[in-house]
Amino acid sequence: MKLVVIAGTPGSGKTSVLMHVIKLLKKTTSPCVVKVDCLWTDDDKRFDRLNIPVRVGLSKDMCPDHFAIYNTDDMLEWATRNNADILLNETAGLCLRCAPYPDGCLAVCVIDVTTGPNTPLKVGPLLTTADVIVATKGDIVSQAEREVFRERIIEANPHSRIIEANGLSGQGAAELTRIILDMPATGADLSLRHNAPLAICTLCTGEMHVSKRYHMGVLRHIDGSMEYKGE
Amino acid sequence: MKLIQELTIIGGIDKSGIKEEIEKISISPGEIIGVVGPTGSGKSTLICDIEQLAQADTPTGRTILINGVAPGQEIRTDPRKKCIAQLSQNMHFLADMSVIEFLNMHAKSRNKNSNTAQRVIAMANTLTGEPIYPEHQLTILSGGQSRALMAADIAVISDSPIVLIDEIENAGIKKQEALKLLASEGKIVLVVTHDPVLALMTKRRIVMKTGGMRQIITKTTSEIGLWNKLVKIDNYMMSLRDTIRHGGLVEEVSVA
Repeated sequence: MKLVVIAGTPGSGKTSVLMHVIKLLKKTTSPCVVKVDCLWTDDDKRFDRLNIPVRVGLSKDMCPDHFAIYNTDDMLEWATRNNADILLNETAGLCLRCAPYPDGCLAVCVIDVTTGPNTPLKVGPLLTTADVIVATKGDIVSQAEREVFRERIIEANPHSRIIEANGLSGQGAAELTRIILDMPATGADLSLRHNAPLAICTLCTGEMHVSKRYHMGVLRHIDGSMEYKGE
Repeated sequence: MKLIQELTIIGGIDKSGIKEEIEKISISPGEIIGVVGPTGSGKSTLICDIEQLAQADTPTGRTILINGVAPGQEIRTDPRKKCIAQLSQNMHFLADMSVIEFLNMHAKSRNKNSNTAQRVIAMANTLTGEPIYPEHQLTILSGGQSRALMAADIAVISDSPIVLIDEIENAGIKKQEALKLLASEGKIVLVVTHDPVLALMTKRRIVMKTGGMRQIITKTTSEIGLWNKLVKIDNYMMSLRDTIRHGGLVEEVSVA
């Protein structure tokens, strides 16, 4: 199973870019998608049109990134049960404090060029620990501004691959697809690349292991049920 | 960057999935080629395919070759190696900083020296009626000023062997001068246009319809003759526009 985690600020074009990528992936592989959001989403309806297994996870009052990390095992199991070979996990992407990327996944950060050339320096681990950075909406700014934005990304994360994408036309989708096809399968026993911010569970106290057996506290499962695990 | 001797577009399919009539077109440095067709005919998509150096992996299935071969993955994906600059009517400056600050930042990213920014501003001011000052905030520039600055920036800083221009006539700048500036010696230039003066500045033009390349028209001798007249009419229109802009009256019309 290949795990691809797609993070990025709300409205940056994560779903639109992903829609184009899925169409291309479907030609040779069996992708499935889990959309994590906080309170509400209708992105599953958009993904449904592509006839692939789709699941939504709503974190409700739990931090959406904690929720995504805590439920990674369940998502991977669900993907296996659905005979998928690629799991695309689209995160809610809100606070920019952490980055929900496990070490063995392909970490994709989607960022909107129209937010200005200083944004790449502000985004934090979401961008600095990503493997691929997808810059969207470049068609509405000047060539010069795109180039300056790109330089700023390189400053913040010199090791990333940068893709200039357009969620409307599908530009950049072929490139991201190729990277996904070329990536190795994600191993078991994943660890996070960067610790999550503090809240009220074991993740909050700095636990880096992804597997459920390491976690205690007030936790929400992907099916919506809440559980207190501990003494 | 290696020398570009030829850009080739290999046709794909149109919006109805039918094979394009133009199977292949090659363009050499020094040529300005037009792209014409009604709204929705696929002009911008063609430009977009070239910008991405499509390899039968965009919805049109077109393939773009450089010097007769598919460009390497690196050229396609490493923006610093990318050999294409683009200017379109939809582009805006959104960065919240001054003109000089921004241009210096851009010049630095392209390893250009420190007086480059001043050269860009000077050149931009030859294309627009309202002068641009270094201390202006980018976001308060008018549409015409912005496009003039973008054109000058492409000519001086993002100096690329392939230039794609989308409907520059609507940009509110001196279009002929802008095209001449962008199409400096030895470049391959594609210009999407509805403007007869600009269309006739090209040697050939690709005619688009329902998403496909239908025909390639080579400029005729009579068209060359007509162009000289059109330029006069156009310059006259420009002078009238200037008169109106400066609060003058245009009570008499005298086309040479």
